[in-house]
Amino acid sequence: MYDAGKVVIGLAIFACIFLFPFLYNHGSAAPQPKPSLDTPAIKALPQKKCVEDTKFMITTHMQFLNDWRDQALRDGNRWYVNKEGKKVWISLQNTCLKCHSNKKEFCDKCHNYAGVDPYCWDCHYDPNGSKL
Amino acid sequence: MSMDRRKFLKAAGLTTLVGLGGKGVFELLRPGTVEAEMNHEGHGKEAHGEKDAGSKIRWAMLIDVMALNKEKIEKIVHTCHHIHNVPNWGDPKNEIKWIWEDEYEHVFPDSYNEYNDILNGMPFLLMCNHCDNPPCVRVCPVQATFRRPDGIVAQDYHRCIGCRFCMAACPYGSRSFNWLDPRVHLEQEIAQGRKLNKRFPTRMRGVVEKCNFCVERLAEGKQPGCVEVAPDVMFFGNLADPNSNVRKILKERISLRRKLELGTKPSVFYLI
Repeated sequence: MYDAGKVVIGLAIFACIFLFPFLYNHGSAAPQPKPSLDTPAIKALPQKKCVEDTKFMITTHMQFLNDWRDQALRDGNRWYVNKEGKKVWISLQNTCLKCHSNKKEFCDKCHNYAGVDPYCWDCHYDPNGSKL
Repeated sequence: MSMDRRKFLKAAGLTTLVGLGGKGVFELLRPGTVEAEMNHEGHGKEAHGEKDAGSKIRWAMLIDVMALNKEKIEKIVHTCHHIHNVPNWGDPKNEIKWIWEDEYEHVFPDSYNEYNDILNGMPFLLMCNHCDNPPCVRVCPVQATFRRPDGIVAQDYHRCIGCRFCMAACPYGSRSFNWLDPRVHLEQEIAQGRKLNKRFPTRMRGVVEKCNFCVERLAEGKQPGCVEVAPDVMFFGNLADPNSNVRKILKERISLRRKLELGTKPSVFYLI
């Protein structure tokens, strides 16, 4: 091999630069976020339950909210009947955020962790917060 | 691939037949399929308001021009813009308006005459006409604006791509475009003491907005905001019901609608 010394040194430098972020961050994974349910409205609930069960809400809330949006806006149907047959008024600002009055500790916590920026908040906002 | 003259002529003949015969040949070979495909596309019907011909509700607004004055207009405009968090930009370039005031000669340019001292110079309240045949709905490429079965021309800000075709199509200038982020200005106004309606969202930069006939209040069983603050000027009701309040008033009073010759069939009536 011609110029073996230079090539090896070059490769070593490349490997160092390439691996640096992996080695540097090794073992310091950001802890999984725990969205806070600590709001007065939720505390006052006799049974801590969202519109549907928790597991469903965690995994499917994005699709669920899209369906709500289309139902309320496109079809003009503002009532949602959940699996238990209970009627819920469809509204992000006036239903969801009424209980979850802590957008920062609830919505934003996971969204920031997952690096997603849902466009809900371009127009909707936390009615309990001071900022738009 | 080899092909003798006979086969080639057969294939060429058949191709020519399909080319010339078009739909008829398909009809012959697979009856019904072309028709089904064409109907499948059919967003045209909805856009022309034929779908809801049998709807039991047709919302309409009546505005008693004779009972209007500057004070009432200010109150109505303020209420509407407060309810829907419409920023007050203060310059016509960025202005967002859901309901606003203009003079007779601008509102009815087709029927204006300079000797009509009763109407000339009188203040009129303008808003989205929620047409039966809305041109804005026809031109919207993403169906962000659409006509509900109850006659309300709604605007879906989630879908709007800000192309402003609807603004070009609307003959009444009822639509405003958010050139700038409305929140920036709203925040300034809040700092100066404006109250936000926390039950209603704001809009974002790059979408078109307009009067929505207070669809969010109707859903809760309330009257539109303008009717609530000025019940002696604005009347809201169901045009499809012959015994409704609006139909009764329309029987007794002379009413005008804007630019009827365009065939849009507005549902905002001006009582004279």
